[in-house]
Amino acid sequence: MTKTHVSLTVNGEKKDVLVDPRELLIHTLREQMDITGPHIGCETSHCGACTVDLDGKSVKSCTMFTVQAEGADVTTIEGLGSPDGLHVLQEAFKENHGLQCGYCTPGMITRAHRLLQENPNPTEEEVRFGMAGNLCRCTGYQNIVKSVLAAASEMNSAKEAAE
Amino acid sequence: MKDEVTSRDERVANLKGMGASRKRVEDARFTQGKGNYVDDVKLPGMLFGDFVRSPYAHARVNGINIEEAMKVPGVLAVLTAKDLEPLGLHWMPTLAGDKQMVLADGKVLFQGQEVAFVVATDRYACADGVEAVEVDYEDLPVIVDPFEAMQSDLVLREDLEAGADGAHGPRKHHNHIFLWEEGDEAATNQALESSEVVAEEMVYYHRTHPCPLETCGCVASMDKVNGKLTLWGTFQAPHVVRTVASLLSGIDEHNIRVISPDIGGGFGNKVGVYPGYVCSIVASIVTGKPVKWIEDRMDNLMATAFARDYWMKGKISATKDGKITGLHCHVTADHGAFDACADPTKFPAGFFHICTGSYDIPVAYVGVDGVYTNKAPGGVAYRCSFRVTEAAYFIERMIEVLAIELNMDAAELRRINFIKQEQFPYTSALGWEYDSGDYHTAWDKALEAVDYAGLRAEQAQRVEDFKAGKTRKLLGIGLTHFTEIVGAGPVKNCDILGMGMFDSCEIRIHPTGSAIARLGTISQGQGHATTFAQILASETGIPADKITIEEGDTDTAPYGLGTYGSRSTPVAGAATALAGRKIRAKAQMIAAYLLEVHDDDVEWDVDRFVVKGAPERFKTMAEIAFASYNQAIPGVEPGLEAVSYYDPPNMTYPFGAYVCVMEIDVDTGEHEVRQFYALDDCGTRINPMVIEGQVHGGLTEALAIAMGQEIAYDDMGNCKTGTLMDFFMPTAWETPHYTTDHTETPSPHHPIGAKGVGESPNVGGVPAFSNAVHDAFRAFGLRQSHMPHDHWRIWKTANQLGLHG
Amino acid sequence: MIPAAFDYHRPDTIDAAVGLLAEHGEEARVVAGGHSLIPMMKLRMAYLSHLVDLRDVQEMQGITVDGDTVTLGAMVTQHELITSDALASVAPILREASLQIADPQVRYMGTIGGNVANGDPGNDIPGLMQALDAKFVLAGPEGRRTVDARGFYEAAYMTAREDEEILTHIRFRSVAGMGYAYEKQKRKIGDYATAAAAVLVAKDGDTISEARIAMTNLSDTPIFSEGAGAALVGTSGDGAAVAAAIAAMQADIDPAEDNRGPVEFKRHVAGVMLSRAINSALSRA
Repeated sequence: MTKTHVSLTVNGEKKDVLVDPRELLIHTLREQMDITGPHIGCETSHCGACTVDLDGKSVKSCTMFTVQAEGADVTTIEGLGSPDGLHVLQEAFKENHGLQCGYCTPGMITRAHRLLQENPNPTEEEVRFGMAGNLCRCTGYQNIVKSVLAAASEMNSAKEAAE
Repeated sequence: MKDEVTSRDERVANLKGMGASRKRVEDARFTQGKGNYVDDVKLPGMLFGDFVRSPYAHARVNGINIEEAMKVPGVLAVLTAKDLEPLGLHWMPTLAGDKQMVLADGKVLFQGQEVAFVVATDRYACADGVEAVEVDYEDLPVIVDPFEAMQSDLVLREDLEAGADGAHGPRKHHNHIFLWEEGDEAATNQALESSEVVAEEMVYYHRTHPCPLETCGCVASMDKVNGKLTLWGTFQAPHVVRTVASLLSGIDEHNIRVISPDIGGGFGNKVGVYPGYVCSIVASIVTGKPVKWIEDRMDNLMATAFARDYWMKGKISATKDGKITGLHCHVTADHGAFDACADPTKFPAGFFHICTGSYDIPVAYVGVDGVYTNKAPGGVAYRCSFRVTEAAYFIERMIEVLAIELNMDAAELRRINFIKQEQFPYTSALGWEYDSGDYHTAWDKALEAVDYAGLRAEQAQRVEDFKAGKTRKLLGIGLTHFTEIVGAGPVKNCDILGMGMFDSCEIRIHPTGSAIARLGTISQGQGHATTFAQILASETGIPADKITIEEGDTDTAPYGLGTYGSRSTPVAGAATALAGRKIRAKAQMIAAYLLEVHDDDVEWDVDRFVVKGAPERFKTMAEIAFASYNQAIPGVEPGLEAVSYYDPPNMTYPFGAYVCVMEIDVDTGEHEVRQFYALDDCGTRINPMVIEGQVHGGLTEALAIAMGQEIAYDDMGNCKTGTLMDFFMPTAWETPHYTTDHTETPSPHHPIGAKGVGESPNVGGVPAFSNAVHDAFRAFGLRQSHMPHDHWRIWKTANQLGLHG
Repeated sequence: MIPAAFDYHRPDTIDAAVGLLAEHGEEARVVAGGHSLIPMMKLRMAYLSHLVDLRDVQEMQGITVDGDTVTLGAMVTQHELITSDALASVAPILREASLQIADPQVRYMGTIGGNVANGDPGNDIPGLMQALDAKFVLAGPEGRRTVDARGFYEAAYMTAREDEEILTHIRFRSVAGMGYAYEKQKRKIGDYATAAAAVLVAKDGDTISEARIAMTNLSDTPIFSEGAGAALVGTSGDGAAVAAAIAAMQADIDPAEDNRGPVEFKRHVAGVMLSRAINSALSRA
């Protein structure tokens, strides 16, 4: 099987990889790039643990081949925040006990990031609907919803302050 | 020193000790994707292993041809039972005293059973290798029903000697595993016969699965140069895994290091020892390279660790005014192909005999028949102590059925039968000694909080409206008062494979007044790194922020039995508190020496020892720690360390009162939880934020189980629920809001009075949701229907009651 | 869950894609959003040697509203169906239905073409297309042809599309002004329908002048129930008319038992969904 060369941008960094056409994006991220924030949970695109942001969309990276991501701009949980400071969403999840085992958390936060880009001021119902592609077994979602709403409010205040 | 201007309240706050909603120290890592789960472990030259699994539920394996598989590029080895047999590893002992095939030995007994183990350079080559293995199956008749199994001539377990006793006594039939009994059957039958009212019902708690978001897996690495085996894995009990690995492999225990890294949820799924662990170890020994095995979701749902599957036939008797006089229960327990239940050795039905619940029942009997079928093995405690959720569901359904029989309000029936506060410690008819409780207070608080009388009035009106054709929705009020039994357990009667169920904590205080503590448990999301530091902060006066908690590495942590059955706080939490007290005892001697007074002349105050009557003269724990390392103190060893192994004198008995208000559409079977009130009493509360989070999660798992989550089989033994399309896990959209509340009745025998909470919401939640469904139809004559209450089953109930016109 | 190996192709024109299908025959499959096909490949329930990815085919993108005629490129995603205001003004039922498909991540990737072309009876959009009386444009080695949505579905995963053809576009007439509803019962977000009903109605005064009804996941194909529509036309949509429509619909469907429930339950729920959809559509007409 001949490997295919794929160029893509991951967390702002240009990456070149050689992959089998059948290699799934989640495996390229985790195995070739050591980006292990996105996790594998269900493998049939139901749980969202593998969610990454790809060209402005929330995408389940277990259901996409890396060859399909040629030229794409990918952001994972590692691309939010920085070693010096947490992203507002990361901080909100921490403050509001929005996680327990942590396994769903990278996918949750990555999805919430896109949700708030599209809808900066969501209602609780919109958060629940917009986060319904991500499963969590630990929290019962109560504090995840609270975390996303808190982050939205924080981001909006910061925006207002800047204006 | 800055301390002198700090108020006592500020010093207390600074500790972030018990009672504080301390933010979790784990979260900075997890929110940045820097967790380290087993699939994140990557070693040089690491290989990947995966199973060929049986598509049949029952078949002879007449041959396995690995020729084509070995030609697949990247495939290095294919292990079968024949390869494991010379090592004595083709079968392995289960935690329940049975044995289980590691790889199919002549036949397969359930769909998804492990048949061969393919080892390859990566998971892609491995998958191709798995597909290329050819297995010659000859299918056999299948038994998926435990009642049929007990009648059938078909022998499922040909490996067991006919007529010979099992691990738990005589077997009455070739598909029988054990009969386990507790209580006085003759006296119970007599009570039933002489009572004014008897209610009888079959209560089925269906088969389901813990399904943590991370599946099971491991990395085995045999270093042939130094003879050491390192095993990373999703282990809820790493120390026990080390002991089992040593016993199975013959490798000396000191040469085995087991590491549980971060675990992506356990819920009982990761207690057992699975063929994947054994095969990975063997493969690493054979190839000399590290071998990783990670289940996929289908493997997980089909093969590792189902839960429940209890058919509970109950009889409950009472006087005509509702005083319960006796309880009889016979369980037919479907254990699947091997008895791999994860229970303390002497309890093949776990603590099911807590099934008298919160009620003062004078006489009771329980008999449990364990049965083999062609279904996956397991029988784990899915977010509950051993078989406690089955017990709570049973009694809370029987109470409802009795209320119907008596034509009595179910809340009132509970109230008049509760064990009274002054009866604690209370010895139940089935032999448990309940440590503490105040059920009436909790119950009254709950009923008042939800305006119970108002709800009943609304419900009565709804029934009228329904009958008048004004609505197609019914209102159900689901009540539960549960009593749990957790914190296993006393070494005198609780062990796992002979290991007493104590737990441990080792503390080292560093010279500058910070500390590290290691425990025999392992967090899977419970937040131990946060909460155990809080216990230590309160006990030692060292701020929680200066205490590192470490678990899960058997080379560094003291031996412990792990985390499941809500045992971490009751057992390891006690060990932690007592280790902290040992530190404080030594610190007292050092402080007295430094302050030049007698030991008895100093007293503890938050974070320091103070000379009695002279509050300006004190030594802080930080000062004491430094002194312990830099001064020669007569009669006192240098350093400040302590170890505690805690053997609990009794279990703890958390309890709670839950009310679920549910709207049910009789035409579609759809439901909506309009209100859920959960009052938990877990004794002393260490971190209210973490407790509330545990309750939210447990309730949601209970919602899933009660309303749709099952492992279902067809008549051929095919598992119909192998993916998350069909195995119900609610999203944020289907999950309701919860109101949490508490009372606080400390455990009298626990050093800090804490009882454990992680599993209460599942134990109490399942009957609350189920009772709400039943209650909605009570006015129309429903007594009992089987979970899960998914749309079609609710519809069927309505249909059978004639509600569809 | 690892798929078997394949060769990957990424043509940028319809002709090139059709050429690849013609060249590789049964060994080739096209992929649009991939959320039906890729899981099946991972479960090794779908085998192929050549995967033809349509993501670069610009001709198959975009939503065009030209007067009365609506044209959707097959690569339009469910997310686009939801967010397009132009589409909402001419066929708001597509937004209502698309919001009930799968989950947010899947809707970013899942396409209308994939949803209608693969013939999965669980998919929501085929029934909608029948209600909209859409035409599917198929491109093949012999050129292009148009097939009615109402005649496209033959059996589960069997359609009028030939193996070497690609469904490139969907066309239908605006239904602006018609009352509409898509009612779907499912077990949870991400699930297929236990039963779902698509309804479009037009009224002349208080009388229903036109009614189009299609049902989802209640047979091995979507069911366009002419009888159900006919039962409503000329009535006010009163209880008797709705009951007649339900009876006609129930004569047309043939549900199978699965984990969502037994046949009688599905038939009953189909009636409830249709009743709700009719009432909701009438309230918007």
